[in-house]
Amino acid sequence: MELERVKGRKAGDIVLFALSTCGWCKKTKKFLQDLGVEYEYVNVDLLEGEEEEEAMDELKRWNPDGSFPVVVINNMHAIVGYDPDEIKERLGL
Amino acid sequence: MKKAANPPRPEEIDAAYITLKRETESAGYLLNADEEFTRDLVAGLLINEQRFGYRACPCRLASGNRDQDRDIICPCDYRDPDIAEYGTCYCGLYVNEAVFSGSQPLRSIPERRPPAAQRFLNAPHRTTDTRTVGFPLPVWRCTVCGYLCGREHPPEKCPICKVSRDRFERFA
Repeated sequence: MELERVKGRKAGDIVLFALSTCGWCKKTKKFLQDLGVEYEYVNVDLLEGEEEEEAMDELKRWNPDGSFPVVVINNMHAIVGYDPDEIKERLGL
Repeated sequence: MKKAANPPRPEEIDAAYITLKRETESAGYLLNADEEFTRDLVAGLLINEQRFGYRACPCRLASGNRDQDRDIICPCDYRDPDIAEYGTCYCGLYVNEAVFSGSQPLRSIPERRPPAAQRFLNAPHRTTDTRTVGFPLPVWRCTVCGYLCGREHPPEKCPICKVSRDRFERFA
């Protein structure tokens, strides 16, 4: 699965599963950007065929509902929906 | 990578936003008063309309098959129960009075849409069978707003929330 990287300071391994059209996903991206942390993301709606399936399989490992956005922190914690407080807590910020 | 849809032009978003706001208010619903957020969602609806031919929910991954996506064509089947429980639809496009006026904060809410397998089992009874069950006419229910009518076939459009005929289910 190909991820886009947004540069910033390293606060942990942050992966965001998003949709390019979703308002809460956009808010999550902005929140991470404002925190200034490095993160990677994928807009699943811009993928096709096998790539999309692969991304959805990966997403469902973290969130069986398959809903967006999901932020995975340090390959351990999944935060479903836009939850800035939870993101900060999990990053220890 | 799928080619990103052409982003709608600002004037297209404006026009769609103004129309949606007017229709929404005339049906007794409210759009989120955070205009920037709401316009972004309207842009998402226009992108999905371009991609699929219908306004699939911008916050859910649509399949591109209208039959499978019918429950998440905006306004989705989950809007009214979500507004009743949380004050907002899943996307934050439609809200209740309290969120609209700012007295209740807008939050991201859990997904109400059942997983695909369950969705199929729970699929509303969308039959064209016009035999009646205890009533002189079949009763049809709008899956979006709950409007009921007794007639041979559901109307072309819901007279209350304006969704298309295929959003009706057989109620009785």
